[in-house]
Amino acid sequence: MGHSLKRKEDARFIQGKGRYVDDVKLPGMLYMDIVRSPYAYAKIKNINIDEAMKVPGVVAVVTGRDLEKYNLHWMPTLMSDTQMVLPTDTVMYQAQEVAAVIATSKYAARDGREAVRVEYEPMKPVIDPYKSLDPDAPVLRTDKEGKKDNHIWNWKVGDKQKTDDVFAKAEVVVKEQMHIPRIHVASIETCGCVADYDKVNNHLTMYMTTQAPHAIRTVIALVAGHVGLTEEKIRVISPDIGGGFGGKVPVYPGYVIAIAVSFLVGKPVKWIEDRSENLQADSFARDYHITAEMAGTKDGKILATRFKVLADHGYTDASANPSKFPTGMFSIATGSYDYDATYMECDAVYTNKPPGGVAYRCSFRVTEAVHAIERITDRFALEIGKDPAELRLQNFIKKEDFPWKSPTGWIYDSGDYHKGLLKAMDTVDYHQLRAEQAEKRKRGELMGIGLSTFTEVVGAGPSKDFDILGIKMFDSAEIRVHPTGKAIARFGTKSQGQGHETTYAQIIAEELGIPAENIQIEEGDTDTAPYGLGTYASRSTPTAGAAAAVASRKLRDKARKIAAYLLEVSEDDLEWEPGKFFVKGAPEKSKTIQEIVFASYTNHPPGMEAGFEATHYYDPPNLTFPSGAYICVVDIDKETGAIHVRRFVAIDDCGNIINPMIVQGQVHGGLTQGIAPAMYEELIYDEAGNILNGTFMDYLVPTAVESPKWETGHTVTPSPHHPIGAKGVGESPTVGAPPAIANAIVDALSPYGITHLDIPITPFKVWKALKEKGAI
Amino acid sequence: MLKEITITVNGQQHTLEVEPRLLLVHMIREVLNLTGTHIGCDTSSCGACTILLDGKSIKSCTVLAVQANGKSITTIEGVAQDNQLSPLQEGFKENHGLHCGFCTPGMILRATELLAQNPNPTEDEIRWGIAGNLCRCTGYNNIVKAIQYAGAKIRGEELPSTEPEFV
Repeated sequence: MGHSLKRKEDARFIQGKGRYVDDVKLPGMLYMDIVRSPYAYAKIKNINIDEAMKVPGVVAVVTGRDLEKYNLHWMPTLMSDTQMVLPTDTVMYQAQEVAAVIATSKYAARDGREAVRVEYEPMKPVIDPYKSLDPDAPVLRTDKEGKKDNHIWNWKVGDKQKTDDVFAKAEVVVKEQMHIPRIHVASIETCGCVADYDKVNNHLTMYMTTQAPHAIRTVIALVAGHVGLTEEKIRVISPDIGGGFGGKVPVYPGYVIAIAVSFLVGKPVKWIEDRSENLQADSFARDYHITAEMAGTKDGKILATRFKVLADHGYTDASANPSKFPTGMFSIATGSYDYDATYMECDAVYTNKPPGGVAYRCSFRVTEAVHAIERITDRFALEIGKDPAELRLQNFIKKEDFPWKSPTGWIYDSGDYHKGLLKAMDTVDYHQLRAEQAEKRKRGELMGIGLSTFTEVVGAGPSKDFDILGIKMFDSAEIRVHPTGKAIARFGTKSQGQGHETTYAQIIAEELGIPAENIQIEEGDTDTAPYGLGTYASRSTPTAGAAAAVASRKLRDKARKIAAYLLEVSEDDLEWEPGKFFVKGAPEKSKTIQEIVFASYTNHPPGMEAGFEATHYYDPPNLTFPSGAYICVVDIDKETGAIHVRRFVAIDDCGNIINPMIVQGQVHGGLTQGIAPAMYEELIYDEAGNILNGTFMDYLVPTAVESPKWETGHTVTPSPHHPIGAKGVGESPTVGAPPAIANAIVDALSPYGITHLDIPITPFKVWKALKEKGAI
Repeated sequence: MLKEITITVNGQQHTLEVEPRLLLVHMIREVLNLTGTHIGCDTSSCGACTILLDGKSIKSCTVLAVQANGKSITTIEGVAQDNQLSPLQEGFKENHGLHCGFCTPGMILRATELLAQNPNPTEDEIRWGIAGNLCRCTGYNNIVKAIQYAGAKIRGEELPSTEPEFV
């Protein structure tokens, strides 16, 4: 613990020996390419495959009508909505799958795709989510019997009456309308699979870019059980994954079509999407329109918040949230502050855009929540003329008040928010910066300082509240120690770059005293790994990491019994130090863990089960609540609106740290996926539903030039309920960074009456705002 | 209509018959089965497919295999010599310059040319130098450190600390 062990997985990656899905090549394998809709909303009048079938190498073209024969043309989403696999008569968004071409090579499949002729009858799409609720808006989901509008669901939490009363009497009320735009995870590896159905044995092996292989196996069994593919006949293998960030949680139509085709032709079928297909059709993230309000006193006490959200889910609700949480953990939006009145409401709607939304390195809508509370807190500080750092210090939940029950019902497990912010302020020399800013403002120069002091909620989750499609959100570890004292451990999670092979080995090493280099970690094969819900929402260390610790402790209990037998003493006479048991008062009498393990196979006590293995399914008693204090300093060029991030200091608290190098690496990456939506990324649609930036030419993933040199640090407030006091960290920086950046930019522009700008804040938006206010 | 080409890959000469339209990256991955070179986009934007063509870093999705006729290429599989990691491979491992590993081969090949041209680049020169290669996981800080570490190693100077500045 606390040691920056170099990563065990790196050797293969730096030598080109990683094995990703597109590296899988099987004998007789066919290749699939997908015909996609150019229209956002249209009737399919005809699909002509004649010319495509003449292309050398093309073996089949599959349409919705073909899948309909097997009742495989529809599938459920993770949110129990429904989604077309391939359409039979209507397309609902641009880039939707229309037909699949199967061929003997990648190039032949693409040639075939170009030769498929589809006749459409375009219809007027619904793109604006507000207009989708108009009484005269066309009803999009005519497949749903009795559906009379485009409303999906309404969700609310909090005490409306109490909150409205506080607002009515409050000295100060502030309000802003915010859009957290539609963005895309854009992991550098796109999505894909090789579906390999063996007709003789009625067995499917599915190599797949998935963050949750076990859950996927169950979903496939639920979708395809009626054609004989039951769960024991399905093996999902998630090999090395080139980044996930939530985008590899859902089941996309391409996967299902590949399985169906492999099932029908009895050959392996590979489908790897292009980047453009990935950006245009796979699940988006965010797209929340939020009205945020805060009530407080003139001297800065926060009294209440109100949040009203309109969620644009596109054609179907294909979010990846726990079942009972249609807005994910948005209700964490009360933030790090001590007040007791809030009311939140969300309406979700259908539009003619691709379905979603997934996470983008965020635990179930926490980013949207944190942006809303951190922006409106700054707005409140601006309104009453109080320093935003001072206002936060005044309102923080105090460390002695944990565990703390939030007005929406979360039990925050631990935190020390004052310590984090004071450390961040100290690191940047906050008061000096404010003095510099005051000087610059006199000269008309634009400099801004932005804060974000956020609370995350991760580690889903306790089985009483958390499930996906009914499966409880525990996670698992299975440890087998071989006779020579070396081990293999398998998990229900799946690393996509987080370094599980190192971190989990370190946890087991800490608990059992077997060196980390002697512990092999495996994930991602449903035939060998214990069942788990996978890796997303910063849940791996809080759940599977905890399972590793508990399974190790079960083994340590067994080791104690064996050591007592070997040393001929009572168990109570033994003491443990990492790696061995020794007799109290006689440390020379000891047995190392390796000797004990060997004895478990060669000389185990009578009546005891032989071998040295343990499995644990960890059901967390609570979620974990990492936190952070971020400060961003920007300089803005008044004439062009160009924004320069001069400094960005991030102080994170993720509880006890297993590997500081890996944790810091996660923070660096998360911060970059924080500046990305804050300043660069947004999927933009025109009124006809055309995506305007669906390639890497124009969807601006930050390069090394746009990414600031991050300054990182940490505080440690251990989780009181996690076996090793860890909290999870992968997403905190993505959640915390955008409001720090937005607050810094608005702070720079505030002397000109600018109180809010929607992300991504581009130079043009800044310039336009300054122009409108007459500042230039 | 196939065309015969002769190409040296990681020091080994191959004579192949290829379609004129075959992209070099597909020749590397599908014909030669060297899967360390990756594909991350379809617009020559991401750099995951970066290799060395006669010592110059290029995006192999933007070159036809026939254009490499008579030339020599190095892929990630050919970077380590005699089981010895290159300074950059070592730098990436020592400095946590990779997470998922998907962009890493391209980054390493790009940085190989960068350091060959300028063994002592400034941080700014490194950042601009790898601006054609996208990484979604690391935030680039540690990639910059990895390249600085490799530069020091090539120059025979004392190696910078690889401990994280995470206090």
